[in-house]
Amino acid sequence: MFRPLALAAILATLGITSPVLADDDYMPPVRHGATAKECGECHMAFQPALLPAGAWHRLMAGLDDHFGENASLPPETAADIEAYLVAGARRRGDPEVIRITEQRWWRHEHDFSPQRLARAGAAGPSDCLACHKGAEQGYYEDD
Amino acid sequence: MTRLLLSGLGAALLVLATAPLMPSGAHAAGGDDARADLLARYAAEAGADFPGFSAERGRALFMGPHAGGKPETPACATCHTPDPRAMGRHYRTGRDILPMAVSANPDRFTDTADVEKRFGRDCPNVLGRACTPLEKGDFITYLSGE
Repeated sequence: MFRPLALAAILATLGITSPVLADDDYMPPVRHGATAKECGECHMAFQPALLPAGAWHRLMAGLDDHFGENASLPPETAADIEAYLVAGARRRGDPEVIRITEQRWWRHEHDFSPQRLARAGAAGPSDCLACHKGAEQGYYEDD
Repeated sequence: MTRLLLSGLGAALLVLATAPLMPSGAHAAGGDDARADLLARYAAEAGADFPGFSAERGRALFMGPHAGGKPETPACATCHTPDPRAMGRHYRTGRDILPMAVSANPDRFTDTADVEKRFGRDCPNVLGRACTPLEKGDFITYLSGE
């Protein structure tokens, strides 16, 4: 099995810098069990650094209508996940916007036609893995 | 760069360290017990005139189509595909869903909280209402035999 993170680790160990390892293209992967399990059950478990703290608070307060889906969790599980997300939250961004793909930085990074997403077989803009094969490991290099 | 190097190595080590912990099927017998407990619970909840669970009714529930739920999800099979041994795909996110058939996924229906969570979310999506204990037992009975 191809493991992009293992490759990246080897490259990093050898001191090889590469465009795919630019600082902006990496964020620590989700290493919190409840977050990986509960969020990752229906979509990629998005990394804490994809939204600012205020947005995570808002998002976690509305799990009963999570973009039209009931994603309710037991209160203690939700609180555990929220604490993890907030602790690693993005420093900048709009706290009112809970859709990652509507954050200004995201739109800036994905300034291309919707057809490109369709060609990649993406279920939607939030389907990171359609283009970023290493997204779950935190690698968002441009493919 | 140092930060990147450390996190890259950390991630690689994490993968190596967890690789031997992948499901091995050694706990399948325990899974059968857990499913039996869950079915007994649903049987008890089904009430005095409980007729016994039916794989045939469970299959009909799984395949649909049903009215009353979301138009995008008229059946369990919408996401899980009509082949319960196959991987499914979330209708909105495209996320892979592990097979529903116990033969293909021995961990199915072994964690009561998880099972109740999924019924609690998916029955309203597909049927527009909660599932009855009889329906839950039928569903598990069908997929335990697939």
